[in-house]
Amino acid sequence: MSALATPHAAPLLRESFIELPARERARSLLDAGSFRELLGPFDRIESPWLPLQGVVCQADDGCVIARGTIDGEPAVVAAIESAFQGGSIGEVSGSKIAAALELALRDCERGKIVRPVVLFETGGVRLQEANLGLAVIAEIQAAIVALRRHVPVVGVIAGMVGCFGGMSLAAALCSYLVMTRQGRLGMNGPEVIEQEAGIDELDASDRRRVWQLIGGEQRVASSLADQLVDDDAQAVRAAVQSAFGQGVPAAHRSEQVDTFLQRLARIDPASVTPASMREAFSEQFAHSQPRKEQA
Amino acid sequence: MSDTSLSRGARWFQALAGQSRSAAPVLSADAPLVDETARFITVVPDPGNRFPRATENVVGLEQGWQLARAVREAIADDAAGNVRRPIVAIVDVRSQAYGYREEMLGIHLACAAAVDAYASARDAGHPVIALIVGPAMSGAFLAHGYQANRIVALDAPGTMVHAMGKEAAARVTRRTVEALDALGETIVPMSYSMASFAKLGLLDQLIEGVDADAPDAAQIARVQQVLREQIRSAREGSRKLARRLESAAAQKHRAASIEVRRRLAEQWDAV
Repeated sequence: MSALATPHAAPLLRESFIELPARERARSLLDAGSFRELLGPFDRIESPWLPLQGVVCQADDGCVIARGTIDGEPAVVAAIESAFQGGSIGEVSGSKIAAALELALRDCERGKIVRPVVLFETGGVRLQEANLGLAVIAEIQAAIVALRRHVPVVGVIAGMVGCFGGMSLAAALCSYLVMTRQGRLGMNGPEVIEQEAGIDELDASDRRRVWQLIGGEQRVASSLADQLVDDDAQAVRAAVQSAFGQGVPAAHRSEQVDTFLQRLARIDPASVTPASMREAFSEQFAHSQPRKEQA
Repeated sequence: MSDTSLSRGARWFQALAGQSRSAAPVLSADAPLVDETARFITVVPDPGNRFPRATENVVGLEQGWQLARAVREAIADDAAGNVRRPIVAIVDVRSQAYGYREEMLGIHLACAAAVDAYASARDAGHPVIALIVGPAMSGAFLAHGYQANRIVALDAPGTMVHAMGKEAAARVTRRTVEALDALGETIVPMSYSMASFAKLGLLDQLIEGVDADAPDAAQIARVQQVLREQIRSAREGSRKLARRLESAAAQKHRAASIEVRRRLAEQWDAV
């Protein structure tokens, strides 16, 4: 029996969450012994598009769906495996996430609450499956918006890949976001910005500047994510449990239109820095308008 | 219709909605559409925008949040009544805004806010129609159009849907633009053409024979008629995006999407 198979047994030493592959990440978030994988490697639903382009498939397409319980409540975890194609979203991997969220929604609509967790570790759309990657990301987003009316949708960005592209929008739709210092969250990766806008806009090799811009510590300090945790499987698990304990927020971040337009209006684009924007985006302002803006 | 400096989005907004209630970069107005009133929304270039990376027809910070506001106003106005007005997203967006300030200030959240608003409108019973009149690219299309009940497009040069601009995609995949085009011939999701997008079951109607840059009155009337028909169909159909998997085209080219859902449902509850 490997240590990975029993991650909750009296952990005297801290166990890195980042170093766990997707399957073990999902297992570590679920109550001990409750992990049950759906559409696992033996089901062999692989990408129909990669072989046509000479790319070797993986039997789970880089996405693990697991059912189990969190704090005794029914749950589903969708964990993206960064080791396969950089966690990119193809037709199969993305459809697995969308389908899991849609089934959780179906159960919730029938009065049977299922706690959904998404472990984001992705550069976004898999370019070899371009338009289908984009299409399934739209479906994942639709499912999150519908599902979070019933139950919090909790996202985790642990690193080291981070969360980018269309999936960064999906992360932003989550009720609660848990990040480590090693996690990064942005729409366009630093290399993409340097390529599209030039090195004067952002030098992607300036790691310090990049972490200050989109790293977990900055995202939590500026209220664009909710909980900063150490790279520790127990800490991530506790943060996810605590997020569900908080229930559905009165207004999700992405619903707070007036609040964020006001924040942007206070920003001077010419002089704003990661440090100065923390103040403008701090929770004080967020709670000055606690009303639910959704119709 | 003689102002040649107008972007496609601005031109079609003017043709379908007339005067905007808001200034660039996000135009929005309610206007008659055959027998009812619809809200029209588009993103247009804004040369004076205070965010220098968001001066073209791209979705940046202000664009994302303003799109959300324009949609949510319609949801709020109709919440107490019996009729949910149609919302037409006129799509002409070349990309999301690529910039240092954009990432710092949460462009991912601004775009998510627009996604949220359109999805919430659809879930609340507003027929949401995306009318593609130009590029519908990547994260910008996710924010403005991809949550619609129905997607229609002009069959015209310059209309396209894709996850990445052609030149950038060629660079990243180490191919030439020509090789990329050739690949799109055999691998349907890689193609930039609207015909291929239709093969994926994602396009509800391709509107042929319309001059996208200088439409005449008859062509505008035809587009209005198409929108009206799609609105009626959306009102009668499911509000969920799952219907995108029901067409014959989807059964053929999205077989894996359907198979994943079928088998995951089988395994969902432990036996």
